[in-house]
Amino acid sequence: MAQVLLENVTKNYGKLEVVHGISLDIAHNEFVVLVGPSGCGKSTTLRMIAGLEEISAGDISIGGQIVNDMPPRDRNISMVFQNYALYPHMTVRENLGFSLQIAGKPPAEIARAVGEAAGILSLDDYLDRKPSELSGGQRQRVAMGRAIVRHPDVFLFDEPLSNLDAKLRAQMRVEIKKLHQKIQTTVIYVTHDQVEAMTLADRIVIMRDGNVEQQGTPNEVFERPVNTFVATFIGSPPMNLLPGRVTGGALVFARGFTVPVPHNFAELVAEGQEIVLGFRADNMMPEGHALNMDEASPAIEMAVIVSEPLGTETLLYTELAGQEVQAKMLKPRPVADGEVLTFHLDLAQCHLFDAKTQNNLR
Amino acid sequence: MAMDINQQHRFKTRIGAALRHITLFIAMSIICIPGLWIVLNSFRPTVDIMAKPPVWVPRGLNLDNYRAMFGGAGEGGVPVVQYFTNSLIISVTSTVIAILIGMAGGYAFARYRFRGKSAIFIGLLLTRAVPGVALSLPLFIVMAKTGLIDTHVGLIMVYVAMNVPFTIWLIDGFFRQVPPDLAEAAEIDGCTRWQAFWKVEFPVAKSGVASAGIFAFLTSWNEYALASQLTRSTFSKTMPVGLRDFTSEFTINWGGMCALAVLMIIPALILTFLVQKHLIAGLTFGGVKG
Repeated sequence: MAQVLLENVTKNYGKLEVVHGISLDIAHNEFVVLVGPSGCGKSTTLRMIAGLEEISAGDISIGGQIVNDMPPRDRNISMVFQNYALYPHMTVRENLGFSLQIAGKPPAEIARAVGEAAGILSLDDYLDRKPSELSGGQRQRVAMGRAIVRHPDVFLFDEPLSNLDAKLRAQMRVEIKKLHQKIQTTVIYVTHDQVEAMTLADRIVIMRDGNVEQQGTPNEVFERPVNTFVATFIGSPPMNLLPGRVTGGALVFARGFTVPVPHNFAELVAEGQEIVLGFRADNMMPEGHALNMDEASPAIEMAVIVSEPLGTETLLYTELAGQEVQAKMLKPRPVADGEVLTFHLDLAQCHLFDAKTQNNLR
Repeated sequence: MAMDINQQHRFKTRIGAALRHITLFIAMSIICIPGLWIVLNSFRPTVDIMAKPPVWVPRGLNLDNYRAMFGGAGEGGVPVVQYFTNSLIISVTSTVIAILIGMAGGYAFARYRFRGKSAIFIGLLLTRAVPGVALSLPLFIVMAKTGLIDTHVGLIMVYVAMNVPFTIWLIDGFFRQVPPDLAEAAEIDGCTRWQAFWKVEFPVAKSGVASAGIFAFLTSWNEYALASQLTRSTFSKTMPVGLRDFTSEFTINWGGMCALAVLMIIPALILTFLVQKHLIAGLTFGGVKG
């Protein structure tokens, strides 16, 4: 059982505080993804869990044991690095067996464990090659093999896919998920890619500027973002945000664009309040190319600036209330640039944020 | 018309290639001919060496110079074996020490942040700007006062001091090329800091350490100016200083001098060949995506 617990963990570099007392409770066998823009402190947090960075304050425990001052080798963790960090002077076999060799395991046991890991990751044919003779995806698999070979309590992944091309990344994403199913271990995974976060995580932890902004299942953070940062960070394309004001029971935006206050928020807004309306492209669709809407807004006429056909759907860039917004067209047909279409907004799916705090009103 | 342009270009390319070869030949000649001349002269009598115009194609080679050099004192012999041993002891010891210090220092400069780091680094490099000969008098006085004149230890200390800034600088560069992730990965794999260095970082950077070693060795092996001041007797004279044994008041035994010079060159050549293989083999860092 390896529960990982962070309590008010802080990191300073001199006077600069980069992680501000974050607390996380990661259950045994849970797959947690730390996600955020670069510089948000996610990698530092991971490195503190690994023991590669000292913590400035707070406590970290792994499996009930406080590990604050424990060197990495005693934490029984494994880590996959962004640039793989394979030992270039060793063969794949030696790379995989290195940790067991250091631990003084007998050669027969090392060979068996290396064989097992190689089998899981389909590396059998490459065991006698040097890392320089492998492709990016193969190196990535060796790095994962090195991590699984000694059955650690916790797996740490530090942006493991960011050096791969898009196709390979998608492929490895699935492999990581399968791997987690096979070897049931706690995983902490750092990425700046929200797609990886959404697809892999049991729980997503969204970080910004050394703070945790929100944590929850992929569904929760997608459906109920706590603030505009999470709303725009999670989901692709990012959520559209329109600043406006509550006037006479309606939301009034620039250039006179007006929609009724969504039912969900009717009780939560006050007359004259400055708000930000957030909606995803999936919730604004042209007539005849939409799903049924729970609470459709009055028709909005807009000219399409640019269209991006994606096959099953087309992304439409238009202008609303003086701002570029994205809408989605299902069952797409070719759209000419500048073509005027009639859109509806599904108010039931909209979010209202306070303009000052940027927090979700719900 | 198009044909003409193609031909013209082909012609230009060929001319260019020819020019490159000629330039290369001239440059290599300038570098190699003195060495070849020494080897050639070590095998022939003074008459041929001093002949004007020079005799390029040897008329008859023999080992007389070598025989005389290893012969008794009366027949133009010099204590070659003793000089060779001195050179070897002094060069190897000073190289080993310079490399150990260089590794510690180079690693520290590559990996750690500390106060005054760049100032110290520049200071180290500045020591290279001082010509060694300028130090000969102060060094002579210090060595004389401490009784280190004419000892192995004295020269070893001098050569270590000469080589350390350079080995630190060179080894720093090589450790910089080893990504810090490797040592971190090793630590997570169960290594102590020390094991991570010896099992991962050192093997990856060892080609660099080897090249620093060969530079340090050759500097000590070939150094003449300071050695000639700080050695007196057969007990501590190195081979470059030993060359002077072939000059007497009125004559210079060029043949003997060349023979000893050849003996000096051979170990240096062997070492360079051995290490060169290493240099090429080790310089690929495949473990990390470039």
